[in-house]
Amino acid sequence: MSTTQILIAGFGGQGILFAGKFLAYKGMLDGKNVSWLPSYGPEMRGGTASCSVILSDTAVGSPIVSNPDVLIAMNLPSLDRYEDSVVPGGTIYVDSTLIERKVRRTDVTVHYIPATRLASDNNTPTLANMIIVGKLLSVMQDFGTDSVNAALKKVVSARHADMLDINLGAMKLGAEN
Amino acid sequence: MVVFEKPKSLTDVSMHYCPGCTHGIIHRLVAEVIDELGIEGKTIGIAPVGCSVLAYNYFRCDMIEAAHGRAPAVATGVKRSLPENIVFTYQGDGDLASIGTAETVHAAARNENITIIFINNAIYGMTGGQMAPTSLPGQVTQTSPYGRDVTQCGYPVKVCEMLSQLDGPEYLERVTVNNVKNIRNAKRAIKKAFQNQVEGKGFSLVEVLSSCPTNWGMTPQKALEWIDEKMIPYYPLGVYKDRSANKEAKA
Amino acid sequence: MADKVLMKGNEAIAEAAILAGCRHYFGYPITPQTEIAAYMAKRMPKIGGTFLQAESEIAAINMVYGVSSTGKRVMTSSSSPGISLKGEGISYIAGADLPALIVNVQRGGPGLGGIQPSQSDYFQATKGGAHGDFHMIVLAPSSVQEMADLTVKGFDLADAYRTPVMILADGTMGQMMEPVSLDYTPKAPVEKPWATTGTQMQREHNIVNSLFLAPDELEDMNMKRFQRYAAIEKNETLYEEYRMEDADICIVAFGIAARVSKNAINEARARGIRAGMIRPITLWPFPTAPISAATQHVHSFISVELSMGQMIEDVRLAVEGRAPVTLCNRTGGMIPSPEQVLQAIQTAAENGGAK
Repeated sequence: MSTTQILIAGFGGQGILFAGKFLAYKGMLDGKNVSWLPSYGPEMRGGTASCSVILSDTAVGSPIVSNPDVLIAMNLPSLDRYEDSVVPGGTIYVDSTLIERKVRRTDVTVHYIPATRLASDNNTPTLANMIIVGKLLSVMQDFGTDSVNAALKKVVSARHADMLDINLGAMKLGAEN
Repeated sequence: MVVFEKPKSLTDVSMHYCPGCTHGIIHRLVAEVIDELGIEGKTIGIAPVGCSVLAYNYFRCDMIEAAHGRAPAVATGVKRSLPENIVFTYQGDGDLASIGTAETVHAAARNENITIIFINNAIYGMTGGQMAPTSLPGQVTQTSPYGRDVTQCGYPVKVCEMLSQLDGPEYLERVTVNNVKNIRNAKRAIKKAFQNQVEGKGFSLVEVLSSCPTNWGMTPQKALEWIDEKMIPYYPLGVYKDRSANKEAKA
Repeated sequence: MADKVLMKGNEAIAEAAILAGCRHYFGYPITPQTEIAAYMAKRMPKIGGTFLQAESEIAAINMVYGVSSTGKRVMTSSSSPGISLKGEGISYIAGADLPALIVNVQRGGPGLGGIQPSQSDYFQATKGGAHGDFHMIVLAPSSVQEMADLTVKGFDLADAYRTPVMILADGTMGQMMEPVSLDYTPKAPVEKPWATTGTQMQREHNIVNSLFLAPDELEDMNMKRFQRYAAIEKNETLYEEYRMEDADICIVAFGIAARVSKNAINEARARGIRAGMIRPITLWPFPTAPISAATQHVHSFISVELSMGQMIEDVRLAVEGRAPVTLCNRTGGMIPSPEQVLQAIQTAAENGGAK
């Protein structure tokens, strides 16, 4: 019986909500109880965006993640704001292209991924989010399952079917780093 | 041989209007038009809040009582639900041009395929004679006891002129019912406003300058003369918009 | 059973309404419920329905009044400030005995307030919310699945009892996504001989109306309406009991507050405190009887709310002084944390029901 609480935070436009939606869909397809809750309002437009994702073997109570097991920080304000909220023993994924400082906490596991640079080098500048998601899945030894492809199909609209492989490629890139 | 009878689409309920009030005439004209077009069975009328609040008892077609000023919104809902039916509102000046201005303007802007009969008697009748959005400059009412002071209360709203600036409406005409000739002309306009809806042409509003002898403090005859002397100069009669006619003229 | 899909609560309401046969939607943009309007704008034209962005909330609710008069299923949605504007229309809908579904995805108030989740329209929703002697059925979803299920139920209840029904959600419920299964078997449509659809010269005219100038007539109308309310209270009260069998401490909470409270209750149980919850699903009618019955074994009640304490008054009326009722709350768009609720439970446990 386990519950994973994930908080993803960054700028609006970095695909924060999309990454969360993918993880929620994947969790659902893996048979877990899931919830996805975005920040909303004017702050979505150009400011900071965040979303709470909960994956659980039992029914999800509060959908609000205030003490994440996993934090994905895609910009400095997000790391500054949420670093202290991560549970002891939790994990922080840092986009080290955009965040120069190191995580101060010593009781958490940290993965530094130069996601924005990797995305840019890979000619998929908008997919830093999925590079980090790929890393997350590889760390959780949860890549390569059928649900990865199935979840991508759910979140990538049919109109942009060409983006399926590109997203998958970005996730693989993250997994290898 | 009956030479003069009550229109079939009026009920037998006695109307409550004051002696000399022109509501009765206008009710009759609307009912005659409904009879002549043979649409009673598919017509749904919307009554306002104001003197004609009880109109739902007088028309034999299905009727809905709306909140004050909201009749065009209610009519929009009805017409969107039942596009094959005929939907009309019957509203006074306070209802249509004050509390319901937004509903009026936007129903016109959307060119809702409805018919509005707008009774302008320049006063709030039901509540006992207060200043209306259409009360004339200088007009004495219960709430403008020294005469409507335009520096304090602003100017009257000229509904036909205002709505004619919109691209939406199909047909706008101002008429009156203060003599036989004008009554016949009013009936022609009302019939056109219903006929437009039958033909799917869109938003049609007929403004009828009406008298309120009770609250104007005049005899019925004097009140009818007051329409000629005071109201028509401020609210000129005529067609303010007739899109189909303009199209035909251009063609 | 239909496949589960991830949907936002707002979208689940919209799709469920369509599945329930609603083909007319009128609204005005306001955060945090605008997804409902956007969803309807996309879907309605494709299924022969009406989506209309009204000039105001006032116009929207009166368009609802118009469609409902013709006997068809119709809805509008808004958030707190917009619901205040709809108040007039809701009173007329209740007064004319018309069915309609009104969705309030609440945000903080009063005034323009904020846009974050709130439950501070509880009084407005459950105590009438506009002038006159009336109630509406108020449904409080606590999951995206319930956003959908209660929408379908809401239409059924509205038709069955000829009354406005409100879905009282909040910004969290509207914005969050959860798996939802939309699998409904449509009920046989309710006959509406009162509807104004044109007489077709086959019957006397129907009149949809809330005006009764003779006071004895109006009294009679109100009495009859309250007879229906009594039937609603008897037949339609809904609630969920969570770990209540042996509870010493009972939380009463709805919507997002109930979700947060479940976390706290589980933690309290892990610490040996026997806490449970009664979650009202209908806020009107309020589940007075189960709360009253719980006083047999519960020594303390805690009302958990996203307001300065509104539902707590109904909890106290149900408890009738037999146990202390305390408030655990945040307001203005803030949400109580599970820790805050746990603290309230611990305090109640220490006091052991002392008044």
